[in-house]
Amino acid sequence: MPVIDLAVTPLRDLNSALHAIPPGPNDIAFEVVNPRGSHSVAVGIDAPVAVDVKGSVGYYCAGMNDGGSVTVHGSAGPGVAENMMSGKVVIEGDASQYAGATGRGGLLVIKGNAASRCGISMKGIDIVVHGNIGHMSAFMGQSGHLVVLGDAGDALGDSLYEAKLFVRGTVKSLGSDCIEKEMRPEHLSKLAELLERAGVKGVRPEEFKRYGSARKLYNFNIDNADAY
Amino acid sequence: MCGIVGLFLKDRSLEPQLGALLSDMLVTMTDRGPDSAGIAIYGAPSRGKAKITIQSATPGADFARLEGALAELDLRVGLTVKSTHAVLEVEADKVDETRAALARLRPGVRIMGSGDSIEIYKETGLPKDVVARFDVRSMAGTHGIGHTRMATESAVTTLGAHPFSTGADQCLVHNGSLSNHNNLRRELVREGMTFETQNDTEVAAAYLSAKLAKGEDLGQALTSALDDLDGFFTFVVGTKSGFGVVRDPIACKPAVMAETDRYVAFGSEYRALVSLPGIEDARVWEPEPATVYFWDHEKAA
Repeated sequence: MPVIDLAVTPLRDLNSALHAIPPGPNDIAFEVVNPRGSHSVAVGIDAPVAVDVKGSVGYYCAGMNDGGSVTVHGSAGPGVAENMMSGKVVIEGDASQYAGATGRGGLLVIKGNAASRCGISMKGIDIVVHGNIGHMSAFMGQSGHLVVLGDAGDALGDSLYEAKLFVRGTVKSLGSDCIEKEMRPEHLSKLAELLERAGVKGVRPEEFKRYGSARKLYNFNIDNADAY
Repeated sequence: MCGIVGLFLKDRSLEPQLGALLSDMLVTMTDRGPDSAGIAIYGAPSRGKAKITIQSATPGADFARLEGALAELDLRVGLTVKSTHAVLEVEADKVDETRAALARLRPGVRIMGSGDSIEIYKETGLPKDVVARFDVRSMAGTHGIGHTRMATESAVTTLGAHPFSTGADQCLVHNGSLSNHNNLRRELVREGMTFETQNDTEVAAAYLSAKLAKGEDLGQALTSALDDLDGFFTFVVGTKSGFGVVRDPIACKPAVMAETDRYVAFGSEYRALVSLPGIEDARVWEPEPATVYFWDHEKAA
């Protein structure tokens, strides 16, 4: 297993090595030590490779991930797993703002709290946060699922399209056009599957409430002009 | 962008290292702003004395024979020159008189700040050059804040560098930009505040100074700022014994804090904190939006 020490190896060498992995099945696993808050650790992975980062990272860790499995044994700065396509990113600690922004696929698991704008403009990614999320999360979320075991901050799901939001704790306030919706059997089964994949134990899907779009804003209607 | 760092020591045995720790934190943040850098350090006050930090574009001419010129006015000062800056140690009750005399004797000299314990050093250029020029690494103190600037709202000059100090032993650094600073400046001028620049951050500093002058404590003043300042901000503020942090409600300007038994530290990014002693076991968190955090040596004692 290659061990990359970012105290001595330039970040670009790490990312170039990750990009040089040929497509197809492989059992390569990387360990990254001494990240010391570095930006752009393990961005642009496009092969099914495992990366374990031993420490906290800065901006944009695991951005654009396509098929990789990245675990950060620490906390992550802004924009972790931004625009993920597929694969899995796990943050053992907290994540700063806009975690999983614009993500198109894959699973992002944050075991601590996520700050503001978690899942902003999500487009298919699934995000499971064990703790709380900050304000303006899932703003303009288009598809995918955001699951929060703790509480959500102000303006959850503002201007939401079809992303589905599940919150177990309290929601400080809902954003424009975001409403609580009925939890139907298909939602409970999807939630059970996401909790299972995210390694959540001892929490039942029935403990969550579902939030989604009231669908009043996303096609422009002059009668709703005051709501924008 | 802009990079901010701050360090408030609880463990007195770290005080001799304050300048070195803060310098390393600030240099790490260089890529957040290359235009100018500055640092404010709160050192041990001397009984009955106050300090005035001054700056000149022509330090050779302005600082020469300055002690003698002030002595002729019966103002006895100790002068320590550091590059373009100098610290005047004066009798505590002669600060205003000395400032007035400086304005007459050396019109090219700018006051960076004054108080019982604050010293402020700031210049255009990179953090590594600014901390070397003023030998910040050798400085001891109880708390300090630093800033590296990517200018947006006013010119890249020494006076436009942070920290801004608008009251005795007070200073403020800012990441962000204010949108109502012109109106607020007019109101503060009406209340008697004076301004050196067109910079938005100076208005925030003066706003807090005005609140503190009215008897609010740092926490109350920062809470008022949330109501009255419009724009983007993460502020770190220093007073003689206190250290405060506040972010605007949108909170898009980054901030990370760490606390151990020995210190409270602030960084625009976690990178700034990684060399602090015991950071592996520190409580590290992101300050909440529109929430005031402050620590005070006197209130803790």
